[in-house]
Amino acid sequence: MSTDTVSNASSTPDVEQPWAELGLKPDEYQRIRDILDRRPTSCELAMYSVMWSEHCSYKSSKVHLKKFGDIPQETPAGKMLAGIGENAGVIDIGEGYAVTFKVESHNHPSYVEPYQGAATGVGGIVRDILAMGARPVAVMDPLRFGPLDAPDTKRVLPGIVSGVGGYGNSLGLPNIGGEVVFDSTYLGNPLVNALCVGVMKHEDLHLANATGIGNQIILYGAKTGGDGIGGVSVLASETFAEGGPTKRPAVQVGDPFMEKLLIECTLELFAARLVEGIQDLGGAGLSCATSELASAGDGGMYVSLDKVPLRDASLAPEEILMSESQERMMAVVTPDNVEAFLKICAKWDVQADVIGEVTDTGRLQIDWHGERVVDVPPRTVAHEGPVYERPYARPSWQDELQADGAEKLPRATTGEELRDTLLTLIASPNLCDKSWVTDQYDRYVLGNSVLAQPEDSGMIRVDETSGLGVAVSTDCNGRFAKLDPYTGAKLALAESYRNVATTGARPAAVTDCLNFGSPEDPAVMWQFSEAIRGLVDGCIELGIPVTGGNVSFYNQTGETPILPTPVVGVLGVIDDVTRRTPIGFTAEMEGHQLYLLGETDEELSGSEWAHVVHGHLGGRPPAVDLAAEQQLADILINASRDGLIDAAHDVSDGGVAQTLVESALRGGVGARVWAPDGLDPFLFLFAESAGRAVVAVPRTEEVRFTDMCTARRFPHAKIGVITGDTLDVQDQFEIPLAELQATWSATLPAALG
Amino acid sequence: MKIGVVTFPGSLDDADARRAAAVAGAEAVALWHGDADLHGVDAVILPGGFSYGDYLRAGAISRFAPVMETVIKKAGEGLPVLGICNGFQVLCEAHLLPGALIKNHVRKFVCKDQPLRIENNRTAWTSDYDANHEITIVLKNQDGSYVADEATLDRLEGEGRVVARYLGQNPNGSYRDIAGISNERGNVVGLMPHPEHCVETLTGPSTDGLGFFTSVLKAVVAS
Repeated sequence: MSTDTVSNASSTPDVEQPWAELGLKPDEYQRIRDILDRRPTSCELAMYSVMWSEHCSYKSSKVHLKKFGDIPQETPAGKMLAGIGENAGVIDIGEGYAVTFKVESHNHPSYVEPYQGAATGVGGIVRDILAMGARPVAVMDPLRFGPLDAPDTKRVLPGIVSGVGGYGNSLGLPNIGGEVVFDSTYLGNPLVNALCVGVMKHEDLHLANATGIGNQIILYGAKTGGDGIGGVSVLASETFAEGGPTKRPAVQVGDPFMEKLLIECTLELFAARLVEGIQDLGGAGLSCATSELASAGDGGMYVSLDKVPLRDASLAPEEILMSESQERMMAVVTPDNVEAFLKICAKWDVQADVIGEVTDTGRLQIDWHGERVVDVPPRTVAHEGPVYERPYARPSWQDELQADGAEKLPRATTGEELRDTLLTLIASPNLCDKSWVTDQYDRYVLGNSVLAQPEDSGMIRVDETSGLGVAVSTDCNGRFAKLDPYTGAKLALAESYRNVATTGARPAAVTDCLNFGSPEDPAVMWQFSEAIRGLVDGCIELGIPVTGGNVSFYNQTGETPILPTPVVGVLGVIDDVTRRTPIGFTAEMEGHQLYLLGETDEELSGSEWAHVVHGHLGGRPPAVDLAAEQQLADILINASRDGLIDAAHDVSDGGVAQTLVESALRGGVGARVWAPDGLDPFLFLFAESAGRAVVAVPRTEEVRFTDMCTARRFPHAKIGVITGDTLDVQDQFEIPLAELQATWSATLPAALG
Repeated sequence: MKIGVVTFPGSLDDADARRAAAVAGAEAVALWHGDADLHGVDAVILPGGFSYGDYLRAGAISRFAPVMETVIKKAGEGLPVLGICNGFQVLCEAHLLPGALIKNHVRKFVCKDQPLRIENNRTAWTSDYDANHEITIVLKNQDGSYVADEATLDRLEGEGRVVARYLGQNPNGSYRDIAGISNERGNVVGLMPHPEHCVETLTGPSTDGLGFFTSVLKAVVAS
């Protein structure tokens, strides 16, 4: 058993290396040899292969992601304090507070091992937020599954939901929203996206870099084990054929208790001003943390791998470098502060070890058993990986798809048929009650959850005295994105923006999780580039920057890619959370007037109605008018601040019918409604035109409210009144709330038990 | 008037319990599991959470914390102690209360707004409620099913020590719908639901939980 050292690599240039098994292309391997002017050691090969993977290097998406830089880096709430490229973006929200938020994917691990895949997805994003210096205050989870009635969904969904809950609940973070969406394209490839929000004071902002020659590198948190090594085990088995470690699981295993200790311990370290630079250990473990910290700093870094505490003493150095064991952080600490640092870790029973230091060599140098196994320029590992201009082309089938609109499909016309359509839709998997899922998440812990699902956005109180708060929503309609990825991405942005404004908060910043199929498929690459173009144009028009996010490629089953799914998270700021607008029609609102804001057009393509009733996907998605969205947002925010509305709910999937049902069931009071003049009752109930919301206006405020809309020339129509215990669509049908409730709530329990 | 709230490793609702104590008008004092000194507090809350990850048995490790030695001793002398959720589990493990809490019968974490009936308003923590007062407070737990042998259950019922009982559908399989119990003297109460999340309408489903904290203020003043 021998270690492949740097000197060994220099003297044995012709040794065959398993670069192909590690996912490197021939030219990538050659490039590593050129950079090092020798063959890489097996440790170096492991580091490069994982850091140059699609997941870590963004090699297929980089050229497109650059376009996010075209968006002005200023938010309506204040300046950006950190942007794309940091662990997470940070924005100023006033009163000395800053907020950081980001959404990431953990799709593939969650298919292989639903519970741990989802759990560690939550853990990873929480550490990203923590590494910025912020206290994590809330999580959200946009989830997508195959058809509800598919047997594998019964394996995947309960595991993922209980993983999200099991980790987040044990961590003490409220889960305040997200999505649960079903579509056949996600059957072999569910989407688990996880978003975390953190709050800090401006002066607490921390960045990931290793500066200051002689500063110490401290690894703290969980011990390093053999989980999450994945493909790199190829190397170990090459090098250590006999008596080496056995095959290890590729999916990491989470320990939320350790993560909770890590959060409290890290926040105490920040408060004591003991941290110069910090980075969490996520994908690619120590390889990523050491190379990123070193290349963002001003010198080099030396690490002794022997100092890394191990859960399994038989691990090879390649495996220690690759391990994705969870709940670990790396800090850069001045020598004077090391003792105080270790003392705080000891208080929290968190293991901490000095494993290296910042050097002036300009190189990342790692030793194992006294021999050098890594000696590389850190930037070549972390930042100078390959960049691909993947070919992309509008697919040949796109025209045909767009020509096949849903507007021509047969619709319900009589009151009885409209009633049946409504009941069918509200019971459908995408529109039904999701409390089977969300009741497994703690939405109350920390005591600052002002709004949580099923509200339009989650809202967290930041300051208990002033009432300053933030609201976050995540949205995406993948069917719209399939019909037109450019417009679909804009629609996702518009919906999320609207959902934040509906609660009374002013949208300020965007994070996105771009879930797509294989980048090697030109059609998928076209969807991807179009979605980015849509997001960039949309953000410029709305005046809100993208502060960070994540790309997930290779989401497909066999040759079939998922619906293009650019999940957009918008964060908004509200000066006083007591002014928030909820969705529910409550008893105190009896007699309030209902207004529909925005234009309703004959837009049914890609709708839930077309999907559920006809199993149809074709045509063009609803038009998106971001100037109108901004006007609508202004009205909703001002009306909330001035007390002109007591409830508001955005109109999206399922149309106005779904909006009314959700508001009535949320607050327990029904409504009598009618289609505004000239609007066909079917379109009134089920069209999915964008830029709309239903609001509840007290009679005393009706004139002021309509004057405000008129002055802004914003379309508004009275559609009814809050009253009674039925949903009464005049001249068409009437359904008791009890029947709506039973129908809406039965679906998930019936399917999942 | 000081209410101490213990933080164990993995406590999650400790800040919430301190906020609730403050909203009720008390001075909230943070107590540390490794410090046996109660720092002169007039009452103690063991908060919710997953102390030590609940990897062994919920509350089984926290029960041995240095602070618990003092809590157990002082509870015997009449110090008001409220264990909420994980705190209730710790009280059972510490044998300050009988019985145990096991995994929910639904085998899932449950978070919901739960109706309860306060059946004993003579404890240190419930005197501000009317007899048989019906309240709705947050329930959120993984191991919330209260179990004990029949003789113990009969004794608890007979001595009026069932402090609160679930109304409507039993959310976690607790025997006899029991949500909370007290010791014989009434100074130690264990409660599975979370009154500390129900002290502000802005962030909770009701303010029905406030009574637990105002009750103990009166109990302390009266003693």
